[in-house]
Amino acid sequence: MIKQNILTPAPKGLDKKMHLNALVIMMVCGVLIPVLSAFGVISVEMVNMFGRYLAFAIVALGLDLIWGYTGILSLAQSFFFALGGYAMGMYLSFQGTLFNGIPESLYVVYPYAVGQAKGSEVLPWFWLPFQHFSFTVFLGLAIPALVAALVGFFGFYSRVKGVYFSILTQALTVAATMFFSKNEMFFAGTNGLTHFKTIAGLSLTENSTKIILYVITFAALVLAYYLSKALTKTKFGRVLIAVRDDEKSLRFAGFKPYLYKTAIFAFAGMLAGLGGMLYTPQANIITPSFMEAKWSILMVIWVAVGGRGTLSGAVLGALAINLLYNSLTSKWTLGFFTWSPDYWPIVLGFLFILVVLVFPQGLQSLWGQAKENMKGRMGK
Amino acid sequence: MSSGIITRHPEGLVKSVDIYRDQKPEINALWSYSYLLYLSGVTAVFDGFKALDIGDFAIHHKELRVVIGPNGAGKSTMCDVITGKTRPTSGQVYFDHKNITNLPEVEISTMGIGRKFQTPTVFDSLTVYENMELALPLAKGPFAALLYKTATQEREKIMSILERVHLDGLAHIQARFLSHGQRQWLAISSLIISEPQLLLVDEPAAGLTDKETELTAELLLELKNNHTILVIEHDMDFVRQLDSTVTVLNEGRVIAEGSLEQIKQDEQVIEAYLGR
Repeated sequence: MIKQNILTPAPKGLDKKMHLNALVIMMVCGVLIPVLSAFGVISVEMVNMFGRYLAFAIVALGLDLIWGYTGILSLAQSFFFALGGYAMGMYLSFQGTLFNGIPESLYVVYPYAVGQAKGSEVLPWFWLPFQHFSFTVFLGLAIPALVAALVGFFGFYSRVKGVYFSILTQALTVAATMFFSKNEMFFAGTNGLTHFKTIAGLSLTENSTKIILYVITFAALVLAYYLSKALTKTKFGRVLIAVRDDEKSLRFAGFKPYLYKTAIFAFAGMLAGLGGMLYTPQANIITPSFMEAKWSILMVIWVAVGGRGTLSGAVLGALAINLLYNSLTSKWTLGFFTWSPDYWPIVLGFLFILVVLVFPQGLQSLWGQAKENMKGRMGK
Repeated sequence: MSSGIITRHPEGLVKSVDIYRDQKPEINALWSYSYLLYLSGVTAVFDGFKALDIGDFAIHHKELRVVIGPNGAGKSTMCDVITGKTRPTSGQVYFDHKNITNLPEVEISTMGIGRKFQTPTVFDSLTVYENMELALPLAKGPFAALLYKTATQEREKIMSILERVHLDGLAHIQARFLSHGQRQWLAISSLIISEPQLLLVDEPAAGLTDKETELTAELLLELKNNHTILVIEHDMDFVRQLDSTVTVLNEGRVIAEGSLEQIKQDEQVIEAYLGR
């Protein structure tokens, strides 16, 4: 029998609170938005925008697993996101206009060797598997996971830790951005992949397709959330927290932390790839600019603002910051005051400083505290 | 060169360190069969400073051994060498008659050497119970951990050990809320549940109150029945309570071995340690 102590908090209750937040987000995204859209209160473009933000939230979930739970700060998440995005983008390119069997966006930047005439191009071999939808989905998850596993394994096995690992991942991201920007690499250069028309037979310009993509993204987010949640509930999840707390002691307890870190890093990479795959058809474009390191840093801010190590906080942060971005990057005037989109980075910077200094537990904790306060007042 | 300590073999053979100082590894291996842990000619040199220079050191099965010595005597370095955290400059370490000198930490730990560090290392964000669960000697790989479910019998075992150290009421609070003494006990409890053949306990009484020290001594004496334990300690009261063979280290060398009463008479010890 377990004796109860005054000190004993209810970890289950805390967990429920976080979970409740996630449920609220899910109700808003899963019920409210489709209903509002059905009654014509919000436009399909708005739904499409939410769909893109939900794809970002999937990436944030993965980042929370590796940063919030395991303590690894990765700046390569935008790279993994873009890997998934490019996989889907290559598939979608094949669904657009083809010249000589070559997608339009690739054709535009096609380099001709000396003596080569228009029409003598050959499709690069690595484009071939992406003609099939099922291969594309598989590769869009497998490639980021594999790249993450390789980088993670060599990094973690040689005990590259903390800020050094962050620098390593950032360097990787910068290198990858340059690689994808080159016309010679046959990824369509800085223009990126665009000119998409259909996905799995459905026209991308149709409103119904946009709604379907939104629903699929939402379903993927719910699935990713529950999968991540279940993962953190297992012994595996507790080992991740132990890695964050004290990796050295974990080694003496007979664990091999590098295996755990590699596994979770690969899983987070896969989630980022999934986010990218869902983002591309909704944004209708994928370019190397999505891969840039500054995107990775922004992703870190989503998680920090939402609240680390809670999963629902990551989703909340990704949605909140992107909605804020959306509303603060349009120009509006109120009396003498004119809001300029140029102010946005300043707002974001202040928000980040505020989080670090005032509420390190993120928005997540504010929500919880507000509820506590309400309860306290109701009690009186 | 050496201190000339004589180690007595259970079968009555006597081995002088001076003679066997440069013996071949095969002879060492043979000798190691009599002990659970056997260090032969182990030295550790850091930047020209000889932190450890042990001619011969051995622990029998089911023995409780206390190692004492002034600050910087090499006690913790000895533990580091045994657990594989530090590589010895020369010499061999045998555990369970296997040469473990150059094995990595994880392998040594899975072979059955568990260690409690000087500052108790527990995982702060995990609950007391979860800390114990991680220490269980199974499901150490990522796939096994993913599918692992704690059996009732393991749960009961965890709770019974926690009850022994008065932590059962705190099983579900995060370890960060524990007092220093409670952390020490949790660290020892985790060590016990990992069922090592040899427990290395580094300063279990450091920073404890008299009452807590007493409980810790009781706990170690109880454990002696089923485990081999190497305790490193500073606190003489605590060493008295343990009432076991004491090895005295000074400047990296073994300078005396025997009961507490015996070593207290030893002039070298008085000079190096007790006299100060």
